Amino acid sequence: MRPAGRGELESLYFSYPKFDFVRPPEMAGESDRHRVAVAGAGPVGLAAAIELARRGIRCVLLDEKDTLNNGSRAICVSRNSFETLQQLGVAARFENKALGWTRGRCYYRDKLIYRLEMPHSDQDRYLPMYNIQQQYIEQYLAERAAEFADMIDLRWQSAVTDVANGEGEVRLTVATPEGEYVLRSDYLLAADGAASRIRKTLGLRLAGENLPGRYVIADVRMDHDFPTERRSFFESEANPESTILVHRQPDDIWRVDWQLRPSEQADEAIAEDNVRARVQAILNMLGHAGPWELEWWSIYTANTLCLDDYRHGRVLFIGDAAHIVPIFGVRGLNNGFDDAMNAAWKLAYVLDGQAGEELLDSFTAERRGATLDVFRNAGKSSRFMTPPTRGYAVMRKAVLQLALTQEFARRFADPRQVVPYTYSGSPLTSYRHRDREFTGGIKAGSAAMNRKAGNGGFLLDYLGLGFKGLYFVERETIPSDILKLSGRLAAIDSNFSLLAISRKSLLQNAVTVIVDGEGRIFDAYAANDGSFYLLRPDRHVAARWLAARADEIEDALSTALSRGKG
Amino acid sequence: MSETNGTLNTSLSFEDLEKVYDLLAVAIDTAGPDKETLFLAKLCLILAREIGDLASVQKGIATAGADLN
Repeated sequence: MRPAGRGELESLYFSYPKFDFVRPPEMAGESDRHRVAVAGAGPVGLAAAIELARRGIRCVLLDEKDTLNNGSRAICVSRNSFETLQQLGVAARFENKALGWTRGRCYYRDKLIYRLEMPHSDQDRYLPMYNIQQQYIEQYLAERAAEFADMIDLRWQSAVTDVANGEGEVRLTVATPEGEYVLRSDYLLAADGAASRIRKTLGLRLAGENLPGRYVIADVRMDHDFPTERRSFFESEANPESTILVHRQPDDIWRVDWQLRPSEQADEAIAEDNVRARVQAILNMLGHAGPWELEWWSIYTANTLCLDDYRHGRVLFIGDAAHIVPIFGVRGLNNGFDDAMNAAWKLAYVLDGQAGEELLDSFTAERRGATLDVFRNAGKSSRFMTPPTRGYAVMRKAVLQLALTQEFARRFADPRQVVPYTYSGSPLTSYRHRDREFTGGIKAGSAAMNRKAGNGGFLLDYLGLGFKGLYFVERETIPSDILKLSGRLAAIDSNFSLLAISRKSLLQNAVTVIVDGEGRIFDAYAANDGSFYLLRPDRHVAARWLAARADEIEDALSTALSRGKG
Repeated sequence: MSETNGTLNTSLSFEDLEKVYDLLAVAIDTAGPDKETLFLAKLCLILAREIGDLASVQKGIATAGADLN
């Protein structure tokens, strides 16, 4: 909602573009089948389209709007998501605008009880978290998509109103200002958001829980001097019975969230006068005496809802269309990016003929698994942020009061921020007994960790399009059997490449070598001479060996492409 | 809770402490508002006996009684 007298797109700081409708070939009688249709040009649909384009797969991206984000308002983008944005070739734009942060403060009755410090060191390319408005997120991704003009056919003002999942293709009915048309596609990625029309059209329902607790979220513009940190307030004077969250965003915009008391009526709480009064009380508590302007506000309830299956024939659901998660822990957008990347690389391999359709079966196993993990963590956060019963309310009060003086109670106030999910039980993850031979490092199924490369840049700068073999070497040369193995792996995945990590420079023309003089990468991966990590295109570890075994590595790559025993 | 060195420090991990948090929340709801105080008093007696150290219990009572509002 906007203040009285301002239109829905009249922002204090953001100029909403207007995208024209362009008549597609289908409306001129053509009916060529597309390879992939993506419904929804939000952050998740855009990321999926860019990832497909990067992999040489053309797609049609449809969105019913004629402008950028006017719905949800994600602001926190995690380090893992930045590593994804780097792969998409768009991270620099985000880094220039976003406000990075590593710390947070938690207050009880306006006294500081917990200092959040997120893991960070100079070995990380990106900060643990960045704040940036969803409008910019979509703008930068849409700009990047436009750079793939011959690969991404972006059609605005085009709503997918019906879907028929047929043999060999999916048929979409698309409604436009100039009438309807039918679009045929091999596959459909449904990224049409929490109110997904595709989900309803296919007769699918989200299952799960509606959690108690309602929040009003408001963005205000003010000149307020405080570092970019997450601030949470329990039983503050400004909202005695419930919680407040405060986040800084670019352009002097501040996000304020406050929980409604059970007795408060939603329609009263979101009336402009009441929003202004509550914001003023919170700003007084923060010590902000200067002027401020109200930009936008909304209300939401926390839910843990998802589909039973994220794939229905030729339709894959990604982002909010597949699952609705509570905002605590910033998992909506960040998990949506992971969905998009997971679906996109798998679809690309299937459409390229480098993997069978069975590869898509792993999509639900991996991404619904990630959602359920989010529910477990976000459920804990929600029970703390919004105690569902008297028992939980008593316990929260007990730990908050103890936290004033007792160190042990302080961690209960930790916001449990998003961490990438580990695909340890995935059908694509193999050789778990080899995984257990390591002491430490990056477990099979986990996302790769970034570290500084001695010869410039960072490890993840060296990723390509395909699977990547990280071979750790402490001798003068790379053994010939590893070079031969690399050739056989490239026969399974044409985009495969080998990356050698050596403590000193190697004379090796055929293989890219990272010099890890300080042994930072060796340490992070608990590797020694001859260790091998097989990384998937989405940076997750498919399998690892303390001592490389060529036959097993070849087999693990086949398994990670659902091709069975090689 | 075997370490009894006169402080409230125990070897209980944070993960276990989180489980205790949930168990107590549910038990307080089960007892109901009329009987939750009685329930918690009984629980304290049982745990005090398990700790087996009067000084620890006295210190716990003082800590729990502080900032009570």
